[in-house]
Formats: sequence, structure tokens, C-alpha cells
Amino acid sequence: MVPLSYYLVLSGILFSCGMVGFLIKRNIITIFMSIELMLNGVNLSFVAFAAHWHSLAGQVFVFFVMVVAAAEAAVGLAIIIAVYRTRETLNIDQVNLLKL
Amino acid sequence: MTATLAAAVSQAIPSGTEYIRALPELVLAAFGVTIMLLDPVLDEETSQKTLGLIAFVGALAALASTWYMAEFPGLAFSNMVRVDGFSIFFHVLVIAIAAVIILTSYEYMTVQKIRAGEYYGLILFGVVGMGLMTSAVELVLIFIALEISSISSYILAGFRPQDASSTESSLKYFLLGSFATAFFLYGVALIFGATGSTNIDIISGVLQTGPVEVLVYVAVALMFVGLGFKVAAAPFHIWTPDVYEGAPAPIVGFMSTAPKAAAFAVLLRIVFAINAPGRFWLVWVSAALSMTLGNVGALVQSNVKRLLAYSSIAHAGYLLVAFGMLTPQDSVTGISAAMFYTAAYAAMNVGAFAVVSHFANAGERYVTLEDYEGLGRTSPLLAATLTIFLLSLIGIPITGGFFAKFYVFSTALKANLIWLPLIGVVNSAIGAYYYLRMVVMMYMREPRKEVPVTRIPAALGIALAISVIATIYLGILPNRVLRYTLDSAQALIQHPGHAQPDTQSLRKPDTF
Repeated sequence: MVPLSYYLVLSGILFSCGMVGFLIKRNIITIFMSIELMLNGVNLSFVAFAAHWHSLAGQVFVFFVMVVAAAEAAVGLAIIIAVYRTRETLNIDQVNLLKL
Repeated sequence: MTATLAAAVSQAIPSGTEYIRALPELVLAAFGVTIMLLDPVLDEETSQKTLGLIAFVGALAALASTWYMAEFPGLAFSNMVRVDGFSIFFHVLVIAIAAVIILTSYEYMTVQKIRAGEYYGLILFGVVGMGLMTSAVELVLIFIALEISSISSYILAGFRPQDASSTESSLKYFLLGSFATAFFLYGVALIFGATGSTNIDIISGVLQTGPVEVLVYVAVALMFVGLGFKVAAAPFHIWTPDVYEGAPAPIVGFMSTAPKAAAFAVLLRIVFAINAPGRFWLVWVSAALSMTLGNVGALVQSNVKRLLAYSSIAHAGYLLVAFGMLTPQDSVTGISAAMFYTAAYAAMNVGAFAVVSHFANAGERYVTLEDYEGLGRTSPLLAATLTIFLLSLIGIPITGGFFAKFYVFSTALKANLIWLPLIGVVNSAIGAYYYLRMVVMMYMREPRKEVPVTRIPAALGIALAISVIATIYLGILPNRVLRYTLDSAQALIQHPGHAQPDTQSLRKPDTF
């Protein structure tokens, strides 16, 4: 059987990959996908801990995370389309009307 | 086998009283759905007014049902929701904010020529999420409620579709908000891993009895990152000025108060009910940074919405000072100070943004500090109300802002925190400069010819009156609200006294 720590390390790696992607990628869609990767990294932790504790709560949590991620994707893609309509670009560096 | 299954099922089906414990949310959701259904069938020219009215009635109905809900304290929906003084306080607060924002939006939507009924629907749906955030005692529900409120705010931030800066603000809010949510979620996963539960009562029981693992410290830090973003505390505040500048002015008034109050409620529950280990330095650094960066950033702003955004970061910092308490006695006053501060801040900030949204005019053209020159002469009433809110934001006596700040700092001093109140007082002095500069602009300069000043419509007048009365009331007669916050803080610290039997076995007898 694969020990718990393996899953946790993998989940941490996935989360970090998502985080790095969020910070360095310039395409809005890719940034959005990085966030999904982070969420799925967390999901892996939940499932691993659920198996560790023999508790269904963690598995149920994963379903809720998926549902929320889907809702977020619907809204997020709509916002991205609205941005594309006004700017005609998906490069985050060119979406800079408001100074940071 | 079937008998136990049947018993389990019948236990899971909520009883009538349990529905009452979520009544404000049910009422708000029902009104929100009604608005969505009516929007396509109504005449486009007049629908905006009708739907706004329905939304306002919905908010009032939710306020009434909160009153009714207060008679039924306790747990509901398989220990997911707890109705106590704490959750009632925040319910009243967020619903009242929503009601005032709906009144403010009434004129704004006509002037900006935005015709979309879902605007009001989204406000109500957002409040459903915020209400649930304040009463949830289960991290699953807190997460979902946080997302309900966030997703509504993401859309609302982009509600000036003809203006590119609005969609940009919506995008930034969405991307950074989801990023922060992922951190919060990772924190939840780790605390679930460390304790085997996502119920706040059980988690606090486990943490009180057993040794605290490293995992818990990491989890608390990650959850703090996620919630710190939602309350716009430094160093997670970068998004705030951009989002506030681009979003519609009434929505900024909404975003900077209601979801923030709800997120602070979650933070209070997590920090104090769990008695989160290792929180002191997190809170300390974040509070000091927020106060300093917020006030220094505001000094150089020329756009009023950006200025108020930095001011909102600074106020999040003042509020976080109240989270630095460690002993149970101090915690009670700390929670009560934080609750009072959210209410006072909501009153003055909603009012300030109501003035900004009226003054901005079509296309939000007049939002720079220079546009406000001579407002004292062209519209004395508007200038006077804005001055009251600004003085309250500075913390001048007899306003709610003064008493809230005073209470937070004196609580912190009593708990032997010397540096945080000191940094806070120095920052308040810096803050006075940019707020007063605006007052000076309004009263000491010649009016600008090209800036039109329109009459204040009735709905906005009511919204302003409510904000002014609330600001002054909290400043001169704070006793009632204060006593209420103290009582509910006491209850928050002392429970889980009325928790479910199955949680009892896991808990050590209360040490406080």
C-alpha cells in the first residue's frame, strides 16, 4: 500500500506547480488552469486524509470543491470573454488600464 | 441494517426549527430567484425600478426573519449551522448593508444606463453566502458560503460592461480571489488531516486535548492567507485599489463592507473558537503592515475610489489589532472590539461610497479629488454628509469610527500589546492628513464649473440618512451594541457548551 506521505507530497507538488504557473504565466486561460491545478492538488490531500482517517467527510468535501470549481469556471470564462471583447488580447500584461 | 439506515436518514432530514435557523438565507434566495425569473418578462424600461423594489423588500423581509431566527438559537442541518448572538449580529449587519446598497443603486443604475435585473439578484445571492459564512460551524459550509459570496462579487465588480476598466477589475478580482480560495482550501485540507474532522467544535476539542502538530500551524497560516485576501489585509491587499477603482461605486461600498464583515466573522470563529495555535505573529505582522501600507498608499492617491480602497486596507489593519489577544478574558473583549469595529466601519464606508456613487455621475466621470473642489458651496448637504463620514474614518470623537478605534486600541493595551496600538495611533495621524485634505478641498476651494451637481433623489437620501444616523449612534450611544457584542463574544468563547453529544467525548472539560 502506498503510504500517506507520498500522496501528501504529490499534492504539495501539484499545488506548488499551480502556484508557480499562476505567478509566471502570462496567458489568462493558462493562469486560470493553474488555479484549477491548485484546487485539484488540494483535492488529492482531501482524499488521502479521508482514507487515512476512514472518514467520508474528506471525500464529500472533494465533491463540493469540484462543484464550486465548475461554478467558478463558468463565471471566470464569462469574465475572460468580456475582457477579450474590450481588449482583444488574452495577455495579462496588456490588461493594464488600472495601474498596479 | 435497514433500521439503522432509516434512523440515520430520519436524523439527517431537517426539522421545522432547523429551517428557521436558516430562514434569512431562504428568504433572500427566494427573493433572488424571483428577481431572476421576473427580469425577462418585465418591460425593460421600467423593470429596473420594480426589481430594485423587490430586492429592497427582500432585504427587509430577511431582516425581519433574522429577528425571528434570534428566538431559536442552536445547531441545525447536521451541526453545520449555529445560530447564536454572534451570527445574529453579523446577519443583521450584512443584510442592513445590502438594503442600504440597494437604495444607493436605485439612482446609480438609471444614471449609468445599466439595465440588468440580475444586478439586484446577485446582491441578494451574495448576502445568502455572507449570512451562511457567519453562522457556519463546519468548514465545508464555510468554504461553500465563501464561494457563493465571492462569485457574486466577481460578477458585480464587472457590471459596467461599456467601461474596459470594470471588466479588468472583475478579472483581477476573480483571478486573485480564486488564488486565495485555493490557499484557504489547502489550509482546510491540512487541518482535516491533523484532526480528522472539519467541524469547528470537534477541531477545537481535538486541539485542546492532544498535542498540536506542525500540520496545524501550517493549516492556520494557509487559512489566514485565504481570509486575509478576502478582508484586504496586507500583504494580500494588492488587488484592492485596482478592483475598487474599476468596479461600480455602490458595489465597492458593498464589497468593502459586507463580504469583509463576513470574512472577519469566519476569521473570528476560526481564530478564537478553535483557539488557533501560532496565530499571534501572523496577526501582528499583517496588522502592522496593513495599517502602514494602507495609510502611506492613500497619501499619494488622486482618485477618490482608490483613496478609499487604501483607507479600507488601513482599517482592516486596525481591526486585525483586535485579533492579537491570547488569554480567554482578553479574547472576549478582542472579539467584541472586532465586531463593533466592523459595524462602525460598515456604517461610515457605505455612506462614503453612497456619496461617491451619486457624485460620480454618468460613466463615473467625476471621481478624482479635484472634482470635489467647492462641493461645500455647490451642494452643502452632500458635502456635510461626506464630511461626517470622513471625520468618522479619521476617528474624531462622537463618531462611530472614533469609538471603534478607541475600543480596539484600549483593548489591545489592556492585553499588554504595546506596539500594535502605537503603530495604529501613528497611522491614524497619517490617515488624518488625506481625509482632511478632502474636507479642505470641499470647503476651501472655488467650485469647478464643469462638474454638475444633481439633486439627491429620495432613495439615496434615505440611504445617506441611515448611514449618518448609524455612524453618529455608534459614536455617542455605543452601550447597547457594545453589551450585545460582549455577550455574544462570551458565548463564542465558552461554547461548544450546547454542542452535540458525539462531540462531547472528544473534548476536554472547558479550561476557561
